[in-house]
Amino acid sequence: MSPKTLYDKIWDAHVAHEADDGTCLLYIDRHLVHEVTSAQAFEGLRMAGRKVRAPEKTIAVPDHNVPTTEGRDDPAQMTEESRIQVQALDTNAKEFGVHYYPVSDVRQGIVHIVGPEQGWTLPGMTVVCGDSHTATHGAFGALAHGIGTSEVEHVLATQTLIQKKSKNMKVEITGKLKPGVTAKDITLAVIGETGTGGGTGYVIEYCGEAIRDLSMEGRMTVCNMAIEGGARAGLIAPDETTFNYVKGRPHAPKAGAFEQALEYWKTLFTDEGAHFDKVVTLKGEDIQPVVTWGTSPEDVLPITGVVPNPEDFEGGKVEAARRSIEYMGLTPGQKLTDIEIDTVFIGSCTNGRIEDFRAVADVVKGKKIKDGMRAMIVPGSGLVRAQAEEEGLADIFREAGFEWRLAGCSMCLAMNPDQLSEGERCAATSNRNFEGRQGYKGRTHLVSPAMAAAAALTGKLTDIRELM
Amino acid sequence: MEKFETFSGIAAPMPLVNIDTDMIIPKVFLKSIARTGFGANLFDEMRFNRDGTEIPDFVLNKPQYRSAQILIAGDNFGCGSSREHAPWALDDFGIKVIVSTSFADIFFNNSFKNGMLPIVLPQEQVDVLMADAEKGENARMTVDLEAQEITTSDGDVIKFEVDAFKKHCLLNGLDDIGLTMEKEASIDAFEAKAGAARPWV
Repeated sequence: MSPKTLYDKIWDAHVAHEADDGTCLLYIDRHLVHEVTSAQAFEGLRMAGRKVRAPEKTIAVPDHNVPTTEGRDDPAQMTEESRIQVQALDTNAKEFGVHYYPVSDVRQGIVHIVGPEQGWTLPGMTVVCGDSHTATHGAFGALAHGIGTSEVEHVLATQTLIQKKSKNMKVEITGKLKPGVTAKDITLAVIGETGTGGGTGYVIEYCGEAIRDLSMEGRMTVCNMAIEGGARAGLIAPDETTFNYVKGRPHAPKAGAFEQALEYWKTLFTDEGAHFDKVVTLKGEDIQPVVTWGTSPEDVLPITGVVPNPEDFEGGKVEAARRSIEYMGLTPGQKLTDIEIDTVFIGSCTNGRIEDFRAVADVVKGKKIKDGMRAMIVPGSGLVRAQAEEEGLADIFREAGFEWRLAGCSMCLAMNPDQLSEGERCAATSNRNFEGRQGYKGRTHLVSPAMAAAAALTGKLTDIRELM
Repeated sequence: MEKFETFSGIAAPMPLVNIDTDMIIPKVFLKSIARTGFGANLFDEMRFNRDGTEIPDFVLNKPQYRSAQILIAGDNFGCGSSREHAPWALDDFGIKVIVSTSFADIFFNNSFKNGMLPIVLPQEQVDVLMADAEKGENARMTVDLEAQEITTSDGDVIKFEVDAFKKHCLLNGLDDIGLTMEKEASIDAFEAKAGAARPWV
């Protein structure tokens, strides 16, 4: 048998039907659902008189729209439209009999944090959701990617997706990371290297010592932004770190079933000599704490850099960079550490897990955020919030002057009331710095949690290494 | 889904690279639970001022492009969020075909599900179409999916590639779910086999 990549193995294990032209029906093991991209899909089923084929493999949770302030069970806290969307999910989840975590449930949170936390996401699975950051689940060695609403309806009705196989790409991060450099810096540095279209048509497998050394939280951060590099999915082969994380989770297999699963999971790695269509290698020790200066996640520079000159780019990127710099209100040649910020957002499916908050607490413990700074920490789930409370992190945040919120997507995409106003500038641990992403004419600089914390203290984009 | 038929239409040039789905339809408009009506807010922040007045320089506000049915776009069109509201908004506005050097994967798939045709061409050919689109409303292009050809206003013919299955579905207006359900026996068989091999799933 010819050697296979991890992606080849998971793909082959899920092909339910293959047509002569290579178009496949890929079987889906877990379908995650949230309120913004599912209403039209459930309505489609209803109109066609169809059922959800596998409600036991379908998990729904509201996250995009929900307020993150206390007392949010009161529907009056939401706009009429948001309320209709959340209520539609509530109705659909009950009517079609899928697993459901409403806002009143402590397990509610961002769908990509809830899935792994509850043990729904397991190695070797196929996982989809009507959300591009589904790539997150690839950290477990699961083939996970975002889909549109028509595909949500297709999966609900048939538990399959019509797919053609992507190409294989390997991203290797060799060696060790330097102090102050995190999983977020890895994933941004990779996008800076490949561009936002560099992964189009590929599934990326991240490997190498620096990836192996990451916790599951860090691996989720890396895979989360595979989509920002254009890849369909990101994968990391499961290992002891993965198995230890999964063991004991509510929906993970138990006892004998766990042992049986483990035996299979240990076969999920890329065989020696397997073919990759594209290979990118970065040295872990070369990666620095990074920040984005523009309005595309590929606009990445080390924090020690300066705002580039649009003329330094080629082709269509010249105009795009000019537009970005104007939108961001920056000047070519300006030092990144001279950029003043007024807002800090810490959270999202990229960096809303317990390890992220520990990193923030390490930086801000016993200190105060800069006067006038609006700084918000939004846990990725109710359980992350509870754990942070228990570990005393929440007290550190409150004492430092941060708002400590309830779980949700919040200002990552600003569909709920958490938004930037025109001209406000935010250091954010989220995943997109697009125009208007965090609010109309709002300006976003993507950073790691530690760098966001540092910026909250100093009021400027800050090299975390100077505070260490 | 409506069948995709050969048509001649106005093409609007949007050479900006990395046009993301937040630009195509900002999130404040994602709160509808319907599939229609998004065209009014297509490219909202690029197209309108805060007070709702039009930004005259934006291409789709220019008189010659207001009824465009084709977009000639910069590289990596449709990147970012998976929101299908992006193709819904384009479709609702009247855009049937988008040409670029590359598309983001999810947007590309979503477009086909809504009867729209995203076409990938090499840079030189996109440049030819971009220049043609710049001519405005007199430059009507013809898109023939059956023949896989775009004909410029000058009569130049540009061939394009398209996945055979997706082409078949577009030309015949076929609904994916109905087609997949015809293969239900395969799905049942797979479920039984996979359930035995990986009972913990």
